[in-house]
Amino acid sequence: MTQSISEKVIAIIAEQAVLDVSDVTPDRTLDDLGIDSLGMVEAVFAIEEQFDITVPFNANEAGDRDFPLKDVAAVIEAVAQLIAAKAG
Amino acid sequence: MRRVVITGQGTINPLGTNVAETLDGFRNARLGIGALDIPDVDRLSIRIAGQVRGFQPEVHFTRQQLPLYDRFTQFALVAAGEAIAQSGLVFDGELADQAGVVLGTAGGGLVTQDENYRAVYGEGRNRVHPFVVPRLMNNAAASHVSMQHNLRGPSYTVATACASSNHAMGQAFHLVRSGASRVMLTGGAESMLCFGGIKAWEGLRVMSPDACRPFSADRNGMVQGEGAALFVFEDYEHARARGAEILAELAGFAMTSDSCDIVTPSEEGAARAIRGALRDARLPPEAIGYINAHGTGTTLNDRTECAAVRAVFGSHCDDLLMSSTKSMHGHLIGGTGAVELLACIMALRDGVIAPTIGYRRADPDCPLDVVANEARAARIGAALSNAFAFGGLNAVLALKRI
Repeated sequence: MTQSISEKVIAIIAEQAVLDVSDVTPDRTLDDLGIDSLGMVEAVFAIEEQFDITVPFNANEAGDRDFPLKDVAAVIEAVAQLIAAKAG
Repeated sequence: MRRVVITGQGTINPLGTNVAETLDGFRNARLGIGALDIPDVDRLSIRIAGQVRGFQPEVHFTRQQLPLYDRFTQFALVAAGEAIAQSGLVFDGELADQAGVVLGTAGGGLVTQDENYRAVYGEGRNRVHPFVVPRLMNNAAASHVSMQHNLRGPSYTVATACASSNHAMGQAFHLVRSGASRVMLTGGAESMLCFGGIKAWEGLRVMSPDACRPFSADRNGMVQGEGAALFVFEDYEHARARGAEILAELAGFAMTSDSCDIVTPSEEGAARAIRGALRDARLPPEAIGYINAHGTGTTLNDRTECAAVRAVFGSHCDDLLMSSTKSMHGHLIGGTGAVELLACIMALRDGVIAPTIGYRRADPDCPLDVVANEARAARIGAALSNAFAFGGLNAVLALKRI
């Protein structure tokens, strides 16, 4: 059975955070997982390669309070939207 | 220990093809950044840069020279010619043996590499021009400056990413101050505005798609530039004996390593470099009137740099001006400190502080007077130029009015 989008994103984030996939739950923030802005840069690259999409991510904006990719659920949601936009 | 003075300066950068045009750009808050014009720009997500425009290499160089000169070498030679002409020096006899050139560059002949990788990998060609190696090597610019001007003493290239020029100028300063050289050509050159050069930076996700706005709360990254600036560093007694016009005194230099992270800067490492430069120049913090900031326009650099400056200068920050001219010419990477030294010399000589343009909103993390958007008149006795590189390598120069 093929992995769902969320499973694939969680696998990428887990690898970046050096954690088991079971520890990467949707409610956890990237901060909380120990992923800094440069870790995020690597994770975004892996996501782009995995799904063949372009994620508009600027590390300079990652510290903002209203930064959209704050937690794991938000990343999954953003990736799903980008995939849908590409398919659409 | 000999005193070291600057007796010539030359440049080509996004603000102009010589010093006069560049200083005019600084005074008038001119933007040298615009739409990027290179092959395959449509495959880049970053499409702005500080490009040198209207430069015609064939006007400056012969058919025999051009196959040997990568763009960064061309920039270095143009700047060297202007600097040496201003100094009035002719390098022959003993002086030639006591003169050399130390240049900074990060990418060296990157345009040559880019073009030739494209030819062999992209276009499947099996032959490259015979001079690819001597064009692309990092020391090509320093060597051609040495050859063109008969500089027969110590010559080499320093590569410390974004601090390359400051490290190079610090080395030249040490060579003249110690008496090892009488005169040194020094500065830096960079031409990284090729597809591969920008694509690599794009990957790091620190580039702004629209503007370089150092210290502004709404800043969103750096913008690349290209070009060169070179200076003549000369033994003060030698300069005085020949009645040379002295532009400024190079009073101190310090370098430190963060020993911390390959890309994230450290406040402590930056502060130690600033303190070291003051100590080396025997200047109290209160003597500094202007700092040309590293000021890349990234969240991390600007916040860290301001914290380091506040830590060193304390309440003197209220009387201190600090600007980032990268807002006008972009980040020239290995050549950037050299172009920025022009702004320090302008501050000391002309009493005009180059502005930080594109500044829109104060950032509580950057509580300093950044000379927003317009040049300002100020009488300054001493200035610093900061450079903080990837790899955690910091290099700060201290200059005095003379």
